[in-house]
Amino acid sequence: MKPRIIARLDIKGPNVVKGIHTEGLRVIGKPSDLARKYYQQGADELVVMDIVASLYGRSPDFDLMRSVADELFIPLTMGGGIQSVQDINNFLRAGADKVAINTYATRHPELISEAVKQFGSQCIVLSVEAKRTGSGPGSGPVRWEAYTDGGREHSGLDAIEWIKKALDLGVGEVLLTSVDFDGTRKGFDMELLAAVAAFAQVPLVIHGGAKDPKSLTQALKDGHADAVCCASILHYDEWTVENLKKGLEADGIPTRHVPSP
Amino acid sequence: MASLPDTFLAPKTWGQAYLPASGQVCPLPSIKLLLLPMSSIVIIDYGVGNIHSAMKGLKRFASDVVLSEDPAVIRAASALVLPGQGAFEAGMEGLRKRGLIDEVKNAGKSGKPILGICLGAQLLLERGHEFGDWEGLGFMQGEVVRFPALKNEKTPHMGWNSIHTPAAGLRPAGWKGTPLEGLKEGSEMYFIHSYILQPKNPEHVIAETTYGGLTFPSVIGTGNIIGCQFHPEKSGETGLQILKQFVEMAA
Repeated sequence: MKPRIIARLDIKGPNVVKGIHTEGLRVIGKPSDLARKYYQQGADELVVMDIVASLYGRSPDFDLMRSVADELFIPLTMGGGIQSVQDINNFLRAGADKVAINTYATRHPELISEAVKQFGSQCIVLSVEAKRTGSGPGSGPVRWEAYTDGGREHSGLDAIEWIKKALDLGVGEVLLTSVDFDGTRKGFDMELLAAVAAFAQVPLVIHGGAKDPKSLTQALKDGHADAVCCASILHYDEWTVENLKKGLEADGIPTRHVPSP
Repeated sequence: MASLPDTFLAPKTWGQAYLPASGQVCPLPSIKLLLLPMSSIVIIDYGVGNIHSAMKGLKRFASDVVLSEDPAVIRAASALVLPGQGAFEAGMEGLRKRGLIDEVKNAGKSGKPILGICLGAQLLLERGHEFGDWEGLGFMQGEVVRFPALKNEKTPHMGWNSIHTPAAGLRPAGWKGTPLEGLKEGSEMYFIHSYILQPKNPEHVIAETTYGGLTFPSVIGTGNIIGCQFHPEKSGETGLQILKQFVEMAA
């Protein structure tokens, strides 16, 4: 199957924002405008996350989420602040096809099994914000901790062990973000990707660090990711989805062709 | 308002098109007929999954698209869409709780066009085996089974894949006369599922798709009933073409 090129919108208040290492957020633009832009560029999917909902303990703005969904006829993953099956239903009603769960589930893993039972595993995405820990000299092999609340808080969980557990509970996809590489535009954390690809039997999306078509090729071919998620390089118009796909095709990776209107 | 017969009041689940603005209800009983959604497409609201895109997609091609769980509204529809995402059991239970199983069965028997999408397509078959063993709507013989273990691919089958006319050659006319008419062989659609459609009768297979070496039915149908395992409403402009032609079938 063809790999998916996913555009990601991080939402704070009424805006799409983007930072580096999930910090220093800059306003990029209006969510619905960017959604339309990436749909027209040929994105295969969109991820929209309210990145402060968990931190502030509030529900996302579902009207705003719906305004994003209005622009697209491609799959849409939404997340932010999910604490219950009802929250998931609200996202689905706002136009989501899949929902991404992180913060609450790290403390209440049973939410994952409940959600899978209710909506099917293909609907439930585990969002993991992995940050390197103990990779300094003499501290042994590299490890990652799962962060929460938009990459700001410690969960105390080993990211790899947490993903394994969530897979056992039935998540249908893993959206793997490297907090260390997020927003850096220096390529993906290939070590992190390899560590998860080694056992993940569900689709794996790598996010954080997309640089250019080569970096995507590397993640898809060498890293065995099923999809790549891009934000900064699209937001700052360094690349369009179309040009990224052209680059992948040149590397022998077939992509979905969007019929011209 | 208070003097109007109860039947005059549109159920709250009717689409905006049928709801008069507050205070503008015309007291003439004859207007009642005009308000009945005689040619509407009803998306069945049974509590599972994303109906937003289906609504938005259908509205591109039809003015009368409503979302409803009201048996009366469903009975009056000219065509039904059974959307859905999620587990088989939750789907059937969602229909049962709302008293809709017989409504949908009767609609199908009466020749009303019905489009099932993803879980909605799976419910068209007799049985499903997700988290147990469940009875479906039974428009076609057959069952819904889990993807067998695939050698080189993961499940769920999630992403873009192509659809083809069945290799068995049982459809000499191809997709002619179905909502897939005019689509290119190998058109790419968005799939997201862990279970597959297994109709008993190979003639009920309208299109098939291959994943991980396994070829399975991706569109099934018989007469006025059609089910897409993929999401036409999520498959860009190509998928919308299917919705457009379904709307035309319903007109």
